[in-house]
Amino acid sequence: MPPLSRWYIKLAIVYFIAALVVGALQALLDIPYLGPAYVHMLVVGWITQMIFGVAYWMFPKYSPEAPRGDNAIAVATFALLNGGLLLRIVVEPLRAWHPGAAPGWLLVVAGAAQALAGVGFALNTWPRVKIR
Amino acid sequence: MPRVSVWFVRASLCHLVAGFGIGALLLASKGVTLAAGVWALRGVHIELLLVGWMIQLVMGVAVWIFPRMGLRRAPQRSAVTAWLAFALLNGGVLLVSLGGPLFAVGRLMEVTAAASFAAHLWGRVSPGLSEI
Repeated sequence: MPPLSRWYIKLAIVYFIAALVVGALQALLDIPYLGPAYVHMLVVGWITQMIFGVAYWMFPKYSPEAPRGDNAIAVATFALLNGGLLLRIVVEPLRAWHPGAAPGWLLVVAGAAQALAGVGFALNTWPRVKIR
Repeated sequence: MPRVSVWFVRASLCHLVAGFGIGALLLASKGVTLAAGVWALRGVHIELLLVGWMIQLVMGVAVWIFPRMGLRRAPQRSAVTAWLAFALLNGGVLLVSLGGPLFAVGRLMEVTAAASFAAHLWGRVSPGLSEI
């Protein structure tokens, strides 16, 4: 398994546990503004991240020289997905709790980073999805 | 990878990019002032990512990976059911995303896609030769 896939999959497991902890905290302490962070930790941090990691590892090879496509795009995708998600799960509840607690443009950055991660993953995966 | 899986997976990548793009807009709207109607896209965001990205990717990979013993018995019918599932699922996602009077038609198309996918895959869920 390539190192990047190991990073993806281990972080996915961390997000899985962390999401369920947040879900439990939300239920126990009745904190409504943790809802979006909880959902996105599960569907982006856990499920999508696991898909990215396994696809990077197991999809058909692009070429003998570059079996997993462009390495720089792959690393950037990983950094953008996790940077954007982390920023979101910190800033969004903070602003919901108190609008002045963090600047709003941080959420623009968080959204743009994750959107770019989606583009990066699609760009790198597209040529590996081919008819055999 | 069979041709129909290539279409499933590439279509799922398109939905990923579109779904993450809309998600970025929704998140940004929590931080800065955007057009008031942006939250009308929340349902589209969920539909594209849940059905168009995750479910479609699973379907495409399953058609690629599952044992092919069942396919040899009826290759024509298997190809038709897989392509039908692809067309109905993507037509359904499109109509559900557009909303309005065609929303229910879209949902029915998704149900039919699931049935067609089940008809394709059912016979392929079998023990491998080593287990017989």
